[in-house]
Amino acid sequence: MKNTNTNLIEKEYTTLNLGPTHPATHGIFQNVLKMDGEIIVEAESTVGYIHRAFEKIAEHRNYYQITTLTDRLNYCSSPINNMGWHMAVEKLFNIEVPKRAQYLRIIIMELSRIADHLICNSVIGVDTGALTVYFYIFQLRERIYELFEEICGARLTTNIGRVGGMERDFSPKVWNILDTILKEVPKGLKEFEKLLVRNRIFMDRTIGCGPISAEMALQYSFTGPNLRAAGVDYDVRVMNPYSSYEEFDFTVPVGTNGDTYDRFMVREEEMWQSMSIIKQAMEKIKKEPASVFNANVPDFVLPPKEEVYNNMEALIYHFKIVMGEANVPKGEIYHAVEGGNGELGFYIISEGGRAPYRMHIRRPCFIYYQAYTEMIKGCLLSDAILTMSSMNVIAGELDA
Amino acid sequence: MDKVALLLLVQEKLKAEFGGGFISSELMADYPVFVLNRDIICDAVRFLYNDEELSFQFLTNLAGLHYPDNKGQELGVMYQLHNLRKNYRIRLKVFFNINEPDVPSITPVFKGANWMERQEFDFFGINFTGHPNLKRILNMDDMTYYPMRKEFPLEDGTREDKDDTMFGR
Repeated sequence: MKNTNTNLIEKEYTTLNLGPTHPATHGIFQNVLKMDGEIIVEAESTVGYIHRAFEKIAEHRNYYQITTLTDRLNYCSSPINNMGWHMAVEKLFNIEVPKRAQYLRIIIMELSRIADHLICNSVIGVDTGALTVYFYIFQLRERIYELFEEICGARLTTNIGRVGGMERDFSPKVWNILDTILKEVPKGLKEFEKLLVRNRIFMDRTIGCGPISAEMALQYSFTGPNLRAAGVDYDVRVMNPYSSYEEFDFTVPVGTNGDTYDRFMVREEEMWQSMSIIKQAMEKIKKEPASVFNANVPDFVLPPKEEVYNNMEALIYHFKIVMGEANVPKGEIYHAVEGGNGELGFYIISEGGRAPYRMHIRRPCFIYYQAYTEMIKGCLLSDAILTMSSMNVIAGELDA
Repeated sequence: MDKVALLLLVQEKLKAEFGGGFISSELMADYPVFVLNRDIICDAVRFLYNDEELSFQFLTNLAGLHYPDNKGQELGVMYQLHNLRKNYRIRLKVFFNINEPDVPSITPVFKGANWMERQEFDFFGINFTGHPNLKRILNMDDMTYYPMRKEFPLEDGTREDKDDTMFGR
């Protein structure tokens, strides 16, 4: 029997807990949603489930020990975080890094940007129901992680590089893997794009889903691909070049609507740009003196092991470095790099002690995730899931 | 425009607009830093936002500070503003007494300041007046202290098996 008198039915909203542990949120995020049927009326996000007090720990650790904390921020692209921290410390210590080491760093940073964007874009595929692309993409990511493993011994939490440059030169095997990557990634990316970019189902699903205007994105201090998808061409690599990015020729892709499809496309194009940057860096390295890979800063670069075991002075130096006996200048600096998700900045106040007096991390995820509740208002629940994965919210960076 | 010229320009404008609200300025590494009176911070940020020449319309960063030895000025907040068109970057600072840690919130100017201020409230106990939803964000709600203040030790102070004196921690 149909009830035609609608006044009799009182309007009632449903409260729905999306998270903290929900397979579709790819991480620990809680959103309490007020639902009208399938439409989200109001949302409130709770964060902090994996908060690990990095800023407090950093006040009690030597500068080189903080690198391992930065690994655990955006763990899809830890090398960028490591390099960002090294560069911040180099700025504080006024260390000039040799050109070749800067190019080596650029290769690593761009590779990890590709790895980061691959994950994000393939996860958008998963959330639209295209699980296959995700498995294809992991082959490419595996190559990149093999390369990280060959350089520093770790895959995910890399702790790659040292203050002043790199911990060791690239081995011949690294260059071989890099050649394989340069062959395989464009092929894989093309295949990936063929599966999704002009796919009618994918386009219908993502165009117009979770949009944000450029004005709103700037109000919320968006950075990175999410801001560029809204149409603002702000890229730290171009605006405040570091590690010799000013010598490289690349374009900054921008979107127009700031919706899920635009975010996807901006990331897609950035991967092609990264490939081009890597090729340019490999060309540039050939012109630099071989086997120079760090600035040889006595405060941070460990002496070779043979000398440590056989030579008194080298042993003393080794001990001093490991105990963090660096001559830290007083000062206050901010250094930002273009991380996988946007402007990743390190703000350090040094009062001269072994550890920073205060260390603050500008975590792009934390800052733009606050707009999420506003972006999903009036959306369908399934669009909210897609919006979250396309914003690439990483729990490690969000909660620090 | 180089950093010194930018420092002088912003200083002149802030002095003309706020007079006594402007306390000091300094060039720190690559950033002009301005120390302001805490009561005018929201107005100053709005003024810098609307000023046609400067138009600092992007809030990069916001961090709490704690200097226990500066009596009467223990707590502070650092704001980092950015003009994306001309690539000007400046830093504003306010300092105030730990016993009345009230600062006007800048959320009316920047929506993005919402969570950044909540974070500093959570860790330093800085009370941002006029904030729409000032509650703890990363720590649990029933925590009774502000963990980033210098007097709170990183590890349990009652433990005796760890001697950190040799490590300068």
